[in-house]
Amino acid sequence: MIHATRLRLIRAAGAAALGLALAGPALAQPQPQQAGQGATLDAIRARGTLVCGVNTGLAGFAQPDSQGVWRGFDADYCRAIAAALFGDPNKVRYVPTTAQNRFTALQSGEVDILVRNTTWTLSRDTSLGLDFPAINFYDGQGFMVRANAGVRNARELDGATICVQPGTTTEQNLTEWARSARIRFTPVVIERLEEAVGAYASGRCDAYTTDISGLAATRAAQPNPDEHRILPDVISKEPLGPLVRQGDQRLTDLVRWVHFGLLAAEEFGITQANVAQMANDPRPEVQRMLGRTGDLGRMLNVDNAWLVNVIRAVGNYGEVFDRSLKPIGIQRGPNALWTQGGLQYAPPFR
Amino acid sequence: MSEAVLDPRFRRKPPKRPLRLSWSDERVRGIVWQILVVAVIAVIVWWLWSNTVRNLEIRRIATGFGFLNREAGLPIAEHLIDYSPTDTYFRALVVGVLNTLKVAVVGIILATILGTMIGIARLSRNWLLSRIAGVYVEAIRDVPLLLQLLFWYTILQGLPGPRQALNPVEGVFLSNRGLRLPWIDWQAAHSFALLAFVIGIAGTWAYARRARRLQMADGQPRKVWPIGLALVIGLPIAVWGALGAPWTPDIPELRGFNFRGGIVVSPEYFALLVGLVTYTSGFIAEIVRAGILAVSQGQWEAAQALGLRPGMLLRRIVLPQALRVIVPPMTSQYLNLTKNSSLAVAIGYQDIVSIANTTLNQTGQAIEGIAIIMLVYLTISLSISMFMNWYNARIALVER
Repeated sequence: MIHATRLRLIRAAGAAALGLALAGPALAQPQPQQAGQGATLDAIRARGTLVCGVNTGLAGFAQPDSQGVWRGFDADYCRAIAAALFGDPNKVRYVPTTAQNRFTALQSGEVDILVRNTTWTLSRDTSLGLDFPAINFYDGQGFMVRANAGVRNARELDGATICVQPGTTTEQNLTEWARSARIRFTPVVIERLEEAVGAYASGRCDAYTTDISGLAATRAAQPNPDEHRILPDVISKEPLGPLVRQGDQRLTDLVRWVHFGLLAAEEFGITQANVAQMANDPRPEVQRMLGRTGDLGRMLNVDNAWLVNVIRAVGNYGEVFDRSLKPIGIQRGPNALWTQGGLQYAPPFR
Repeated sequence: MSEAVLDPRFRRKPPKRPLRLSWSDERVRGIVWQILVVAVIAVIVWWLWSNTVRNLEIRRIATGFGFLNREAGLPIAEHLIDYSPTDTYFRALVVGVLNTLKVAVVGIILATILGTMIGIARLSRNWLLSRIAGVYVEAIRDVPLLLQLLFWYTILQGLPGPRQALNPVEGVFLSNRGLRLPWIDWQAAHSFALLAFVIGIAGTWAYARRARRLQMADGQPRKVWPIGLALVIGLPIAVWGALGAPWTPDIPELRGFNFRGGIVVSPEYFALLVGLVTYTSGFIAEIVRAGILAVSQGQWEAAQALGLRPGMLLRRIVLPQALRVIVPPMTSQYLNLTKNSSLAVAIGYQDIVSIANTTLNQTGQAIEGIAIIMLVYLTISLSISMFMNWYNARIALVER
């Protein structure tokens, strides 16, 4: 009796092992979402929500407000893309990501797109399996010091202790700048933003370094912003933009053209308030953008009124910028439109 | 052990019996089960591996360890070996491993000393002392380590800035940049003196062994300490003197933003060390207390009846028996302390986890980075285990 039971057990185990061996290669097959053209976009449509990776909380870019609604420049980009896809800017699920886990979250499919002030570099573009569809914010790295330290520019930081977050381009820029400027410094490398800023605020560091936009956000959040000064030196180029996985060109195109749509809307004077009236604007490019003529929306695989939905949801690029970044003291600077001498430029809608 | 093997009865073996191809044969069943288990494990490992490799390829994510030879470009504040950001990722990771060892080794030694003292204090007949030790153990064990680390780090940040640094003794400065101590301008003569010191310790140990052996033979106790003192203190001083006795003190002084000169104990290292030592010592104290309580009262009484003095009693009778109970759980605490040091990342001490994390973030090669971290901890932990198992075997009760 006992032996018979054991025999059955052994047979069952053997069958299971064989099953697993056969299932292995089957399970290891590429999932269709990863390989097929446009599969990510189809998956987002089928799910009905866009899963958007954002910062864990950076004032001006992505931060939940008192009602728990995500606000900020990056959060508005998530809204704009959802509006283009579904006609509804609220069909977004926000996933906070750290500097360390953001790429893994996108690579593994945990998020559909990443809008988390991420710098476009060659090595990130080529070795992560990800694509940068657009640059939505031109930034640069700078330093913040206490106003009473008597430091007027970055060259006076020789011998200073500098707080920096690890795992970002910030850390590498800092060492390269120090080497070429022949400046010696002591790094204090702390992963969490709150702890890093806390170390600077308590006086553990003489200076805190990150992108100027981040410095402005941090300075604005200090109990007494006037006690801190952002030095005029900009030591790097930080083109920030959204990221998508490689393999779905349709999503890449859509994200890219939502950004261009926001820029072009500002250029043609289309705002959240007047988008309905602008449908009657006689300029042919405006007619095409707003889907009155042509089928640009259908070429992007979305509704032909996609840009109307986007502008109605978040406004044009200037409105998005002014709503989130102006209050924390960030000027347009290089992010002005090309017509104003800035770098933001959209190709023709044709 | 050796006597047991020599006992002829232990050499007897059951008579050999041919294998029968039947489920009723215990050995056949055993072999089949083992083959099955190995096969299942192999299939799972192979599936995980091939699935990973395939998906990395499909997602066009770079693989391999080629990045180790690339320039790291990451700044590291504390390094035991020379390091600059132009060095490779490999060297940066080695610096990280050394930083982990620096905190783990010092932490294990201090936690053992502190834990033993508190464990003994808790057994003390002095009411106040035993209660203080009891409160310490309960408080320290019940608060999460991460919280304790942040607590110590915040306290150290509350120290005054370098310009208002506390200056208790000439040349010693305590500020929120750390503890600055005077040091000497290190030269070859100092390295040789250090070598002589190590040789002196080894020589003293060898002499003590010989003295013990001779005492076993003729019963005469021999004094070890005069020769030990000469070897440990005298020899290094003689070597240092013979090489010209160089002595240039390196006193820290405030220049610009910070102190220059001397040596520094950073707030990050100090907070991590204090946090790990106090936390682990709470557990070690309980292990030591349990070990001492495990020695039966009769042993104490018998030793006292033989006229042994208290020190001798502890050293010769109680501790050897208590250690057998103490050492195995102590190994676990040493492993815990080493692994807990990975919390360093929260307070900015650059250990292997911090540096490997940065590396995997900059290169995007997460699997390789995590594999390196795992390999490092596995190696350190296995080394500690091996050493402690060896020590445990050495002090184990020899049954005759």
